[in-house]
Amino acid sequence: MAEEITTTEEKTVDKDIAALLTSPPKRAPEPTPELTGKIVKPKIVQGAAAHYKPHVAKPEIQEKLGFPGTLVENWQEAAVAKMRELLGKYKSLQVYMDICVRCGSCTDKCQYFLSTRDPKNMPAGRAELFRQVYRKYFTTEGKIFGKLAGAVDFDLSLLAEWYSYFHQCSQCRRCSLYCPYGIDTAEISMAAREIMDSIGLGQKYTNEIIGKVHELGNNLGMNEAALRNAIEFVEEEIEEDTGVPVKLPINEEDAEVLLVTPSADFFATPHLESLVGYAKVFHQAGINWTLSTTAAEAGNFGMFVGSYYHMQKIASRIKQAIEELRPKRLVVGECGHAWRVAYAFWNTLIGPFDMLNQKYPRPQHICEFTLDLINRGALKIDKSANDEFVVTFHDSCNVARATRMGDKPGGQFDIPRELIKAVTNKYVDMEYDTIRERTFCCGGGGGLLTDELIDVRVKGAMPRMQALHNVMETHGVNFMALICAICKAQFTKIMPKYGIPMEVAGGVHQLVGRAIVLGAKE
Amino acid sequence: MPGFEFNGKFYETDDDGYLVNLDDWSVEVANYIAQQEGVEMTDAHWEVVNFLRDYYKEYKIAPMIKILIKEMKKMFGPEKGNNAYLYQLYPAGPALQACKIAGLPKPTGCV
Repeated sequence: MAEEITTTEEKTVDKDIAALLTSPPKRAPEPTPELTGKIVKPKIVQGAAAHYKPHVAKPEIQEKLGFPGTLVENWQEAAVAKMRELLGKYKSLQVYMDICVRCGSCTDKCQYFLSTRDPKNMPAGRAELFRQVYRKYFTTEGKIFGKLAGAVDFDLSLLAEWYSYFHQCSQCRRCSLYCPYGIDTAEISMAAREIMDSIGLGQKYTNEIIGKVHELGNNLGMNEAALRNAIEFVEEEIEEDTGVPVKLPINEEDAEVLLVTPSADFFATPHLESLVGYAKVFHQAGINWTLSTTAAEAGNFGMFVGSYYHMQKIASRIKQAIEELRPKRLVVGECGHAWRVAYAFWNTLIGPFDMLNQKYPRPQHICEFTLDLINRGALKIDKSANDEFVVTFHDSCNVARATRMGDKPGGQFDIPRELIKAVTNKYVDMEYDTIRERTFCCGGGGGLLTDELIDVRVKGAMPRMQALHNVMETHGVNFMALICAICKAQFTKIMPKYGIPMEVAGGVHQLVGRAIVLGAKE
Repeated sequence: MPGFEFNGKFYETDDDGYLVNLDDWSVEVANYIAQQEGVEMTDAHWEVVNFLRDYYKEYKIAPMIKILIKEMKKMFGPEKGNNAYLYQLYPAGPALQACKIAGLPKPTGCV
């Protein structure tokens, strides 16, 4: 009898594991939230977002990154051990576990809660999934009083919730801004993903891309021939368009500037238009610059899964390119999380940059670089080239809340805006609660930019769409300028679902590129 | 293992229905995938698919949309060489539908 019961239980467990590892069948798209003009605190709907789940990474993807191929047999024990390691390694994580006083400040700050209404998408609700396990295995009251002390066994159903809800966090850190204790839920979500990877439960989208960067040097998996073909095509396009042979140098040694930009700039629309903009800036300013085929990626998805190892390995390609090509300056293209990694982590990961010219920021953001040239009169600008546009600016979450540009506080907000105003005549900001450090995520950041999460992405974009739609109605805005490859891909995809044409989303350097007068100097 | 049965053969796909093996592709299989996608294949659809496949053979990745659109200009004339016409052919987008029908892996990254 006893044996039989065990077998049944085992079978149920096997079935649960299989369900966890398998993607649910494709569903019809959910209705797009209505644009009412207001971002309101919604009524709670328990479990409303429980069915969202990204594809699980296959063994070959996992193993390439040094993670177990599939869920390990003693996963619970292994997960608790990994949690212990992380709590010891990251003091911040330990503090975040203990200091939440459930004040509720964060509850209505997350775009995924505002749109899905699921309380587990409230930042504290999401973190609670982690804290339940923490209490159970790491606190005395949790060990003794169990559920009474908010401690929960780390079982398969809780793991399934982890997998679902920690992939409904774009790690945008809006909640941390409003938390009186500064609890950073993004860090908790990164730790959760790191733990899941360590037990063999990885997310396909992010981990496949990390594998591609290791193999080919960019997120898209473009080999050198494809990259060169794309770059040659851009050169032809610019010349056809303007009659001026603007070059995009590749692997040039001893250039003044090495530009590292997201690989989407070599592939996608509207990303490409910003690449055209950068090229025109360098050309017209007469600055020798180069791209690198081995470091043709500013993005660093290692951060999304909390893996310091992979972050460093990805960043090391840039260090290698600097050593081989010996540029004097390092400039980063339009990419939100990449700028966070570059600004906040590169110095530790691959620095110090002693070999670069110490007169300049190491690295420097392309917006700061271009604005400086304009302010010094190095570029001739015809603002009227953008007169068909009324422009607004979406602050990218990672840039807004994790970095700075220039040497003044708030430079990450002011520099892109000053740059836009230097190349256009009509600029309008969106409403106060949705800009600068209070900005909402585009809805596709942090590893969520994948098709099977499209419903989460459409919903997550709701607050930004409300604010954009408002300025479209009141001020005739028809261009939302962006400085992030993920924002560009996300908005062009989801805006049509809100009835907004995809052409409304574009890069800041797309506007710059249109306004630069080639061939003339002041 | 995800995939589909067609004419008595099992075709392995990824979780989103993209063929795993490039060599599994044939005109018949493409027609079948197109049917599942609700796309009726015309000559113009095939021109796009064939260009995608040729490009992929050379560069191991689908071309950027601008390259595709420029090629479409050559194939169909300037009034049809644009994004709108491409979306008219493949309403779910070139990456999601055209690549899928062409038997190519989905481009993935910040795109």
